[in-house]
Amino acid sequence: MPLPLTAPEILNREFLEIRCRILDLAAALDRLQRAEGSVADDPRLARLREALAIVQDESDDRAEQVQMVFSRPYDDTWQNALKVAPR
Amino acid sequence: MDYFDPHIHMVSRITDDYETLAKMGCVGMSEPAFWAGFDRCSVDGFRDYFRQLTEIEPKRAAQYGLQHYCWLCINAKEAENVSLSREVIAMIPEFLDKPNVLGIGEIGLNKNTRNEAIVFVEHLELAVKFDQQILIHTPHLEDKYQGTRMILDMLTDDSRIDRSRVLVDHVEEHTVRHVLEEGFWGGMTLYPTTKCTPQRACDIIEMYGAERLMVNSAGDWGPSKPTAVPDFILEMRRRRHPESLIRQVVYDNPLKFFSQSQNFRFTPRETTGEPARTGAALRA
Repeated sequence: MPLPLTAPEILNREFLEIRCRILDLAAALDRLQRAEGSVADDPRLARLREALAIVQDESDDRAEQVQMVFSRPYDDTWQNALKVAPR
Repeated sequence: MDYFDPHIHMVSRITDDYETLAKMGCVGMSEPAFWAGFDRCSVDGFRDYFRQLTEIEPKRAAQYGLQHYCWLCINAKEAENVSLSREVIAMIPEFLDKPNVLGIGEIGLNKNTRNEAIVFVEHLELAVKFDQQILIHTPHLEDKYQGTRMILDMLTDDSRIDRSRVLVDHVEEHTVRHVLEEGFWGGMTLYPTTKCTPQRACDIIEMYGAERLMVNSAGDWGPSKPTAVPDFILEMRRRRHPESLIRQVVYDNPLKFFSQSQNFRFTPRETTGEPARTGAALRA
């Protein structure tokens, strides 16, 4: 579907919102850094870093890729594993 | 713009919310049976809940000119109790002839367990036996992708299921394609933090088109916004999408999908020069 708005129009409209969200993200990571204790070994932090790397890609399906970072994998043999018989 | 919220849990909302929805253009809603925030201990607990859905909520809605429909099931979370689930499934036919019942839902998976899958398949049997439409809940967060694929496996394994009569709800960027490619309808739930935002729902419409897609608020007892569909409408307008496209998503598509249910007798508001269409006319 063609988008009614051009890329410059979208950037004009959304620049401040995007900036705000990046600042929120940076501040949240700063907060983690400042706090007592360490989450360096927490796998969730690794997933956040993986997702941030995807955000910096130039592809047009970054949202879908980020979703997959935070998703359990699908195993197409699940019906055997769970012993659920297909109809 | 008139709109229809295809998934909202009005039992969790106060009467003022019905009034607000009516003021914002909502003309009707469908309410799937869901988890109450605690596990119910008996089949009679569900019988009372189904009475609330089929007798009480339509009356509350009608005070504000809203048409209320519902779906019946035992939800995936309580499906871990297989024996109770079987009692509830056996009791559901008592309610299928109530005038506002559209079908079986929201059935699905929660943590993608064996018991949930067993109860899901038994709900499918019920729907097939009574020729009911199906509304499906897909899991949350990290379980969504795996659970959605499992649900699609179970649906597509059963050749008796008419895919055009099944709505798979809570789709997001990583699941919407699978749902649409298999010929099912997809619903996008607009939640403040989890699921879709109005902006991302607009993105998905832009990427996949409006055919067989709808949006809902799923307003319930948790953090949720019952007026999220008007937020989506506003975002689509801000992006300069035509009114006809917006209307397709928030009004025409829900009515087209629900019109496949024999109990759907929706009466649109009259518009200038156009006679109101009845449920039968919509089905035609």
